[in-house]
Amino acid sequence: MDARKITAKERMAIPRQEMPAQDPQVRIGNFQEVHLGLTPELAQMEALRCIQCKDPVCIAGCPVNIKIDQFIKLIAEGDFMGAVRKVKEDNVLPSICGRVCPQEDQCEKVCVIGKKHEPVAIGNLERFVGDYERLSGQRIDPVLAPPTGKKVAVVGSGPAGLSCANDLAQFGHKVVIFEALHELGGVLMYGIPEFRLPKEIVREELDGLRRMGIEFRTDVVVGRTITVDELMEEEGFDAVFIGVGAGLPWFMGIPGENLVGVLAANEFLTRVNLMKAYDFMKSSDTPVFDCKGKSVAVFGGGNTAMDAVRTAKRLGAEHAYIVYRRSEAEMPAREEEIHHAQKEGIEFMLQTIPLEFVGDDKAWLTGVQCQKMALGEPDDSGRRRPVPVPGSEFLLPIDMAIISIGNGSNPLIKQTTPDIEVSKKETIVVDVNTMQTSKENVYAGGDIVTGGATVILAMGAGRTAAAAINEKLAGTAQNFSEW
Amino acid sequence: MYRIVSAIFLAENIKKFEIEAPRIAKKRKAGQFVIIRIEQNGERIPLTIADSDPEKGTITIIAQGAGKSTRELNRKEAGDSIADVVGPLGTPSHIEHFGTAVSIGGGVGTAIAYPTAAALKEAGNYVITINGARSKDLVILEEEMKAVSDEAYITTDDGSYGFHGFVTQKLQELIDSGKKIDFVLAIGPIPMMRAVAEVTRPYGIKTVVSLNPIMIDGTGMCGGCRVTVGNEIKFGCIDGPEFDAHQVDFKNLADRNRIYHHEEKEADEAFAHRCNLTGKA
Ligand SMILES: Cc1cc2nc3c(=O)[nH]c(=O)nc-3n(C[C@H](O)[C@H](O)[C@H](O)COP(=O)(O)OP(=O)(O)OC[C@H]3O[C@@H](n4cnc5c(N)ncnc54)[C@H](O)[C@@H]3O)c2cc1C
Ligand SMILES: Cc1cc2nc3c(=O)[nH]c(=O)nc-3n(C[C@H](O)[C@H](O)[C@H](O)COP(=O)(O)OP(=O)(O)OC[C@H]3O[C@@H](n4cnc5c(N)ncnc54)[C@H](O)[C@@H]3O)c2cc1C
Ligand code: SF4
Ligand code: FES
Repeated sequence: MDARKITAKERMAIPRQEMPAQDPQVRIGNFQEVHLGLTPELAQMEALRCIQCKDPVCIAGCPVNIKIDQFIKLIAEGDFMGAVRKVKEDNVLPSICGRVCPQEDQCEKVCVIGKKHEPVAIGNLERFVGDYERLSGQRIDPVLAPPTGKKVAVVGSGPAGLSCANDLAQFGHKVVIFEALHELGGVLMYGIPEFRLPKEIVREELDGLRRMGIEFRTDVVVGRTITVDELMEEEGFDAVFIGVGAGLPWFMGIPGENLVGVLAANEFLTRVNLMKAYDFMKSSDTPVFDCKGKSVAVFGGGNTAMDAVRTAKRLGAEHAYIVYRRSEAEMPAREEEIHHAQKEGIEFMLQTIPLEFVGDDKAWLTGVQCQKMALGEPDDSGRRRPVPVPGSEFLLPIDMAIISIGNGSNPLIKQTTPDIEVSKKETIVVDVNTMQTSKENVYAGGDIVTGGATVILAMGAGRTAAAAINEKLAGTAQNFSEW
Repeated sequence: MYRIVSAIFLAENIKKFEIEAPRIAKKRKAGQFVIIRIEQNGERIPLTIADSDPEKGTITIIAQGAGKSTRELNRKEAGDSIADVVGPLGTPSHIEHFGTAVSIGGGVGTAIAYPTAAALKEAGNYVITINGARSKDLVILEEEMKAVSDEAYITTDDGSYGFHGFVTQKLQELIDSGKKIDFVLAIGPIPMMRAVAEVTRPYGIKTVVSLNPIMIDGTGMCGGCRVTVGNEIKFGCIDGPEFDAHQVDFKNLADRNRIYHHEEKEADEAFAHRCNLTGKA
């Protein structure tokens, strides 16, 4: 079909193009990516569905305002590299965001096509663009401004830190990223599993940053190995960006939570993703709970919960349950992941709360006592709150319980840099326009500011901070030249 | 990569290493630890910083071969390198002038207690050290401990050296002798730490233990190191590793540390088997 000649009606008649995926029965036996990506033909067909709105509401729905209509048009015209350039004006990690953004709550939620039909698959197209660049071997490395002689330290190598570093380097500043773990990438590496975000993609993005001259220092826990003050006073950094992410997983505070076999989702996922425990005794020395033939329950309804339960299934769990206190519609996880989980045979126990974990005489977990919930009378706010149904208690026999109800904030920076103001929840307080903290020349963004949020919000925060840091440093540079 | 500057066995299966890690050497305080990985794909294992030399830029760690990773570490020699050393982690020991302080170490716990005993001495305490081992050839750091002690005792389970009996018996003897003890630090196997806590509890002597929960990141992210202290969840790597002995739920710690026993044993046996085949063990 010719992109220029097609009528609006014809566009509307094209169905949303399905992205090819591994068969559910096959994929639960491996850790390879579920989706296989759009072919150029499918991508062009999908791109034709976009009616090129005069007022593209999707752009406002995107947290970093990617010029969605324009990049989609370039795909429709077959100018894939043009589309790559267009997306990268606003988002440097399209391969990643195309895979993990909650598009159904952002751009695709507001897409006008979605009013009558399925919205344009903006996320899938973004992913196509990112993958096209990678796989075509024509990676576009950004043009760097001449060196400014300024040095910025970025703490944490998650999406917030990486996007901040990318922009700072483009502005011509010297950037050094300090990361606590032995591996870079933050949640992209240790949290989100391979079957959703292949680690090779993250590694290639990191290589791109290295080519820009950004330096990485792993095994440095800022606050312990070196403090923020020392970075500025002793190591000569002109500014510091803090992107240390969320920390301290929450537990539920119910009896039996200390039994052997009850663990936080972060521990389970870190063992499997970062330490590659699925390959224990082969390439990895780190063990993980042996799920084969066992019953595993994950408590929670977010992305982390879905990742944990689907990982347990892939490790051979016979029963892999999601136990969530509200209904499916309220689950914070990406819609697609919920659907994938259902197809993979994950058993959903909705409107259910755990009351108590029970164990044997060796303190090993054997089950969880649960109760059903129903929607009660509307409260003052008019919202119907879940209330326990009397007499609905039941015992679910399980061998492992994974708690995935969210995270608090990591206290390390706060403890060692008391002049950075934190909220009651211990998140770092910033001016949202600049991401500047209460401490001069120190900026922060991502989950450490918002609490657990999304990759794209973290990236957006990193870019806002980079722009503000650049302005600040340019200001001081000017002062010097006036001298 | 982090270079090993020196490596010597202190006793059978217990080896002391000096490793180049200048930032950590400069920063570390008594009671803190590092997490190391021996090689790519290695496990992350926590080890206490026994000492450091900021000038040389080195830290000292002392490891007992307990399973695959520590045994593999103990085959490393001066000049070899390991993949990762991160730290200093954990909250430093709370050091003050208590008066009379007793430092108790059991087995490799002696190595973990040493830096804190030294810091207690430095802070002006009258320091008594009691270090226990199964037998004479497993006694470690005897000279080092003596150098930071006003009174130093060694106990052996089999009586082959020093006091014949457990560290708790020696501690009870000191208490019975009427000595006023203001502070006790106990580090070693979980049953030993629990026993020390029970000895001091009736006397209300402030007692601190250093816990060894299973850790991964050491930064408060994974929750693997959680321990129950005073009925509350605490994170060993952030809030600890030192806690009030009278508040710690030792049984819970012992139970939870067993979670991967089966897998650990398998890995250890496979490693031993490989070593036998290559004749390098
Ligand atoms: C399992 C899981 C699945 C998720 N799925 C999705 C999804 O599908 N879509 C989505 O949009 N979002 C998802 N999220 C949320 C998303 O990953 C986060 O919001 C995002 O990663 C936050 O980015 P960040 O850069 O702020 O922090 P992080 O990605 O957490 O990175 C912080 C980095 O800082 C390091 N660090 C911490 N403390 C220190 C220190 N003191 N010194 C040095 N370094 C330090 C950490 O080791 C880490 O590498 C998921 C989260 C999890 C856990
Ligand atoms: C804060 C802290 C300080 C420590 N300091 C020292 C020290 O100075 N010298 C020393 O010899 N040992 C020390 N340990 C214990 C040491 O970390 C373990 O012996 C080591 O991890 C065992 O690994 P492995 O593969 O050799 O043995 P494995 O066969 O894997 O395990 C043997 C036993 O060690 C424990 N263990 C296993 N993995 C871990 C882990 N990732 N984290 C913690 N414990 C684990 C388990 O209880 C297990 O039963 C310390 C532990 C902690 C938490
Ligand atoms: S709202 Fe939908 S149809 Fe309109 S420009 Fe955006 S993607 Fe295209
Ligand atoms: S080791 Fe992961 S939270 Fe302490």
